Amino acid sequence: MQRSALNLICLATMERDATNGPAIEFRDVTYDLPNGQRVLASLNLGVQRGEILVLLGRSGSGKTTTLKLINRLLSPTSGEIRVEGKAASAEDVVRLRRRIGYVIQEIGLFPHYTVERNIGLVPSIEGWPQEKIHTRATELLQMVGLDAQLALRYPHQLSGGQRQRVGVARALAADPQILLMDEPFGALDPLTRDELQREFLSLQRRLHKTVVFVTHDLNEALRLGSRIALMEAGTLVTVLSPADFLRSNNPLAAAYVRAFGSGLDSAANRGA
Amino acid sequence: MNFFHFIAQNRGQVLELTLEHLWLVGVSTLLAVLVGIPLGILIAHWPLLNKPVLATANVIQTIPSLALFGFLLPVPWLGDRAERLAILALTLYALLPLIRNTYTGIRGVDPAVVEAGRGMGLTDLQLLLKVELPLALSVILSGVRVAVVISVGLATIAAAIGAGGLGELIFRGLAMVNNQLILAGAIPAAGLALLADFGLGWVEKRLRPQ
Repeated sequence: MQRSALNLICLATMERDATNGPAIEFRDVTYDLPNGQRVLASLNLGVQRGEILVLLGRSGSGKTTTLKLINRLLSPTSGEIRVEGKAASAEDVVRLRRRIGYVIQEIGLFPHYTVERNIGLVPSIEGWPQEKIHTRATELLQMVGLDAQLALRYPHQLSGGQRQRVGVARALAADPQILLMDEPFGALDPLTRDELQREFLSLQRRLHKTVVFVTHDLNEALRLGSRIALMEAGTLVTVLSPADFLRSNNPLAAAYVRAFGSGLDSAANRGA
Repeated sequence: MNFFHFIAQNRGQVLELTLEHLWLVGVSTLLAVLVGIPLGILIAHWPLLNKPVLATANVIQTIPSLALFGFLLPVPWLGDRAERLAILALTLYALLPLIRNTYTGIRGVDPAVVEAGRGMGLTDLQLLLKVELPLALSVILSGVRVAVVISVGLATIAAAIGAGGLGELIFRGLAMVNNQLILAGAIPAAGLALLADFGLGWVEKRLRPQ
């Protein structure tokens, strides 16, 4: 009994040693478009295990590019991206992607598959038995707050919020340690978005995934982020905790905070 | 002697020529599907090939059918039997709608769906077989439908080079100035085209993704 507990501690320590350092690391990464236009300039950034790193910036700031470099939907022009200690470029691209969950704003559910088949596609390709896929899909639907009865519906029969929940469930299907999310809640109405953000946080408290989350919405960044990486015109401006972000002297960060409060201020002033 | 009477009297021959017609159309469509769909898939993924392939298919389409039959006549093995020649010509004509619809169908798949599939680690082949082709299927099938309808009509001209089919009745009728003979070829041919159009249209509708 005691020995096994000791073994467990040993194992846990060993595992921590083996996975020392950031889960994802950008080393001097630059990305140019084929026409030579620079999209991302010498990015250095580490994503810690189990944190939600938010990439905040306006469109064209390079945040989506940064995200796609991690699962190699794009390849860097120069520099290196390391995922769990290994150079991403050295790994088989399909294997790499299967252990990184990917959620996008447009969701991209397969319209010809039921919810369950959408969730179970990668597991089925990986050769899981049908029974296990079904159990996993049911478990995931419950995890993202959906009725298990939706499993047999088609995507077009779901609401926007339900679809994005399925999108998240599908990304979690093969239990990846890393989750990439590109404005996943951006197209939802504010109340549904609020609901999904809240549920996502409580999900993350249980799952402790390493999450890279792209958004242009400061509210979302402050609410979800362990840290916020602020990007502008292809460069990383600063990385701050949400609390530090609000107090920051950085002009760009301050501009975001100002813009964020302007609606409330204006309404309050007109009321006065 | 009315038309139906005429058909009834010659039903053996009309039936035989109809079957011959179906054979010409069937074989050429099959060949065109085997060549055209892979070509369409190819150009949907290699944009560089897109223009030359579609342009070639387009040019073939513009060659008058009688001329094409004539051009092919001196080709050694092909020219030996009119039937081979007719099948090749019909195959060439059926290529354009097949290539173009396969291309359009695959390019029409929602880019977000493709990106999600690629992002979750589908290989190119898995993406093609599990996502792109199923979603493009109804568009591809409508290309098959167009190809078949074109072929049924064009195959009547194959009789000009002695390949048989319902065109034989039409040409004979023209030579003899016999309207009943012409109709005995034209009406079954039109019927075949309508039937193919309706049947394939029905299948296509059932396959259309919601």
